Amino acid sequence: MPSPDEVKLALEAALLAAQQPLPISELRKMFDEEIGADTLRRLLDELRETWKDRGVELAVTAGGWRFQTRVSVQKYLERIHPEKPPRYSRAVLETLAIIAYRQPVTRGDIEDIRGVTVSSEVLKRLEDRGWIDVIGHKETPGRPALYATTSSFLDDLGLRSLQELPPLEDTAKTLDLTQTPPPASQPAPDEPATAQPSPA
Amino acid sequence: MSAPGQIDVPTPASMPVAGAPGALVAKVRGEPFTELPQDLYIPPDALEVFLDTFEGPLDLLLYLIRKANIDILDIPMARLTEQYMEYVEVMRTKNLELAAEYLVMAAMLMQIKSRMLLPRPAIPAEEEDPRAELVRRLIEYEKIKRAAYQLDALPQLGRDFFPVEVLIEQTLAQRLPQATVADLQEAWRALLVRAKMTQHHRVTREELSVREHMSLILRRLRSGGFAEFGELFDPARGVPVLIVNFLAVLELVRESLLEVTQSEPFAPIYVKLAHAQSG
Repeated sequence: MPSPDEVKLALEAALLAAQQPLPISELRKMFDEEIGADTLRRLLDELRETWKDRGVELAVTAGGWRFQTRVSVQKYLERIHPEKPPRYSRAVLETLAIIAYRQPVTRGDIEDIRGVTVSSEVLKRLEDRGWIDVIGHKETPGRPALYATTSSFLDDLGLRSLQELPPLEDTAKTLDLTQTPPPASQPAPDEPATAQPSPA
Repeated sequence: MSAPGQIDVPTPASMPVAGAPGALVAKVRGEPFTELPQDLYIPPDALEVFLDTFEGPLDLLLYLIRKANIDILDIPMARLTEQYMEYVEVMRTKNLELAAEYLVMAAMLMQIKSRMLLPRPAIPAEEEDPRAELVRRLIEYEKIKRAAYQLDALPQLGRDFFPVEVLIEQTLAQRLPQATVADLQEAWRALLVRAKMTQHHRVTREELSVREHMSLILRRLRSGGFAEFGELFDPARGVPVLIVNFLAVLELVRESLLEVTQSEPFAPIYVKLAHAQSG
């Protein structure tokens, strides 16, 4: 049975040498499965703590654990590789948001929410990026494709699950606040359904 | 189009949600009593500037509503519709491609407006505010719009940070044979000995290919400019080369690849690619 320090060294080396995030199940293989997942998670947390003041950090995403550069140093790194990745247009971002928050959705659903036609190019860009894919077809006329976000979408945004997406803000509340300060009439401000003007 | 005498009937549905007693009490000509700003109007020229920034009719409507600081739950349909139609009109007069969605929305706004103008005797409690569907869509769209901004604000792999990967050479380096300086000396000496043994004289003649010179000349003139005839020849390389080179020029002229011009006797002769002129 290797000592905890030895295990941490092995974890560190494995994660640094890995080309993609490594889940705990994968990391356990290094120790003939004799170390429990909980122990490993604790040691990984310790390892993350060790790296907390470095330019590189240990992060955990949907796909597992991975070392990554800190966001705060990105502005310096960019000067080594000056070509910046292009930013996505609003059409792409809004489409992505709809798929992320309302998945699985059809193209028609996306168009309903955005109020405009969704071009194939927009969906293709997100598919090429590996952030969305077709997970099935809706059993309605035309059998439209159902889109959902992928695990690499979560990985690329550093999220462990869709739960970690920023919560949807309730628009009506914001406007209410500017117009009429509500007298403690909203005990649950996170309920999106309260925005409906007509309770069904 | 705008009905000055319009009176918005506060629907039961909007009351509890808006939760604004002021907005209800002071409804004059369809306008809530609480500050409703007067600047709903946007000059058409300014609208044109915004044209490309809107993602569709919902986006435009949200903009108009936000700009005027209107309560989204109690939209003054007449004024909003009027404003919206102005926008659509600008698009039409500027001959811009008017997306069908904008026209559909225009129709929807008109319909809601007209439904609100109809007298409604004794409204049954369950009847929906004609604006309900529009409001629902606006709220849903704005939620998504904000979510899109938030998603974009999240640190992104490949944009805001990068995965760290230490390269580990997976295969062990192959062990290579050793060589010393002495080995090299010995090898070189042996080579010299062998060379002496097999030495013999060979009389070579320079291979002069007319074709090769043709290529050289063409390559030289490739840039499309003129060259002075004399420049094509290098006397230092000897008579045979000069002759072959001259033959090459003649051959090129015969094959119409080269054009040789001279404006008058004894004037400089210029050479250029034949096709450079024609095409």
